Amino acid sequence: MEEVPHDCPGVSSAQAGRGASCQGCPNQGLCASGAAAAPDPAIEEIKEKMKTVKHKILVLSGKGGVGKSTFSAHLAHGLAEDENTQVALLDIDICGPSIPKIMGLEGEQVHQSGSGWSPVFLEDNLGVMSVGFLLSSPDDAVIWRGPKKNGMIKQFLRDVDWGEVDYLIVDTPPGTSDEHLSAVQYLAAAHIDGAVIITTPQEVSLQDVRKEINFCHKVKLPIIGVVENMSGFTCPKCQESQIFLPTTGGAEVMCRDLKVPLLGKVPLDPRIGKSCDKGESFFAEAPDSPATLAYRSIIQRIQESCSLRQPKGENLVGS
Amino acid sequence: MEAAAEPGNLAGVRHIILVLSGKGGVGKSTISTELALALRHAGKKGKAVHQCDSGWVPVFVDQEQSISLMSVGFLLEKPDEAVVWRGPKKNALIKQFVSDVAWGQLDYLVVDTPPGTSDEHMAVVDALRPYSPLGALVVTTPQAVSVGDVRRELTFCKKVGLRVIGVVENMSGFVCPHCEECTNIFSRGGGEELARHAGVPFLGSVPLDPELTRSLEEGRDFIQGFPESPAFPALSCIAQKILNEAPVGLS
Repeated sequence: MEEVPHDCPGVSSAQAGRGASCQGCPNQGLCASGAAAAPDPAIEEIKEKMKTVKHKILVLSGKGGVGKSTFSAHLAHGLAEDENTQVALLDIDICGPSIPKIMGLEGEQVHQSGSGWSPVFLEDNLGVMSVGFLLSSPDDAVIWRGPKKNGMIKQFLRDVDWGEVDYLIVDTPPGTSDEHLSAVQYLAAAHIDGAVIITTPQEVSLQDVRKEINFCHKVKLPIIGVVENMSGFTCPKCQESQIFLPTTGGAEVMCRDLKVPLLGKVPLDPRIGKSCDKGESFFAEAPDSPATLAYRSIIQRIQESCSLRQPKGENLVGS
Repeated sequence: MEAAAEPGNLAGVRHIILVLSGKGGVGKSTISTELALALRHAGKKGKAVHQCDSGWVPVFVDQEQSISLMSVGFLLEKPDEAVVWRGPKKNALIKQFVSDVAWGQLDYLVVDTPPGTSDEHMAVVDALRPYSPLGALVVTTPQAVSVGDVRRELTFCKKVGLRVIGVVENMSGFVCPHCEECTNIFSRGGGEELARHAGVPFLGSVPLDPELTRSLEEGRDFIQGFPESPAFPALSCIAQKILNEAPVGLS
């Protein structure tokens, strides 16, 4: 759909096409006829496309800056270490696409072929897609409202030729808005294994993450588990210090209260940020770091969880 | 919406500052809070400083009613309730926050935003345009991944005609309180370099400080409580720069 007016009542509202703000909107006829409220045909198309994708994992957080993209990237790296596992990483953060930088793929371009858009391949078994690859300059801003962002996400899911994939990891921006609703709705007919939710230990973070957990319940998205990131910092000199204090018990207490699994805790290691900035895998940079060991254990738990999920064809995500 | 001088709108507000970032989790809300507190402490005439996110009747955070606060958080029935709204609904609420709140006479309105360059940002810039905002404080952390998003935010500001007051580099180094060793957990210097590249002022670097984190968690006034903290001089300096540009008046 094209751009909508600022006070659009919403395409599925009873006022759709009929409200005062609808006058002059290019989609007025569509909404008034009720066609816009009908299920999007793209949902079926995406279901078909996703038949070659075995497991789909959304990486979410209510809070910004907790390490979603860092985690998504390293989940992809970790899974792809087995060259027989095909991994795809999709970045649906349209305004702040970090994945190209973190994966060391800045400046790469997306190519179109007869079968759709080709992802950018870091390895033979690791393909990546992000709006970042469609921008010509690192200073370009993507100043888009919700409907246009949704359109992009639809294209990513429908038009990218992912091929045979064992794991599709979807990295999201913070929040519970357009991007998240669209990802869940467009994948409604395909089967999402679940969400991995990232938090840091402080209450300011947990407060937003509880909302994200409620969002998952609302849209019937299963929760694979929660990862507590930046969990403790060891001063390299004196071995003391905490920075992001778990003043209300951290993720552990929250998970217990909300009855969701805690997949693990990843400590702060300054080398993680540096690896991301350089576009390299932290696992290669610091294989013995407690953070690497924590990541690996979490990845294993995610793989185990995915293998226990219902087989393809069973629709666990409500539409 | 027209900028008529109706009671309850922003006609009585002297200076409006937006706090933006392309990146999440860099400390926009933290900097907004600390700026509001610092401006309040510097406001020698005891003028009102209001921090805005959204609302109708501001919630006063102190006895003297020198800082009031608005947020969609006050409208939720339960604190864990998720606000699962698409763009148009968010835009409508933001417009209401700007036009339907009884702000009264304010020296400063500090507007905290979510990360990005989307609905909320366009809505708030459009709604505030008739009131000529002082400009935007753009927050980043030092790493390249953060700077990579924030440079896009600076482009946004240029495109919508929003002046950039300056860039703040947050979480810039960590000084261990036990042994004073400085570790650059999230790198160093990226914010300053970004400001230079974009030709905008660099307002300062705020180091990581667990006391700052703790006081935010507990809702305490960091500026009053921790003048010895390494973060204090940086925050005061940033507030002073704003005050130099937009002093508290005598009205």
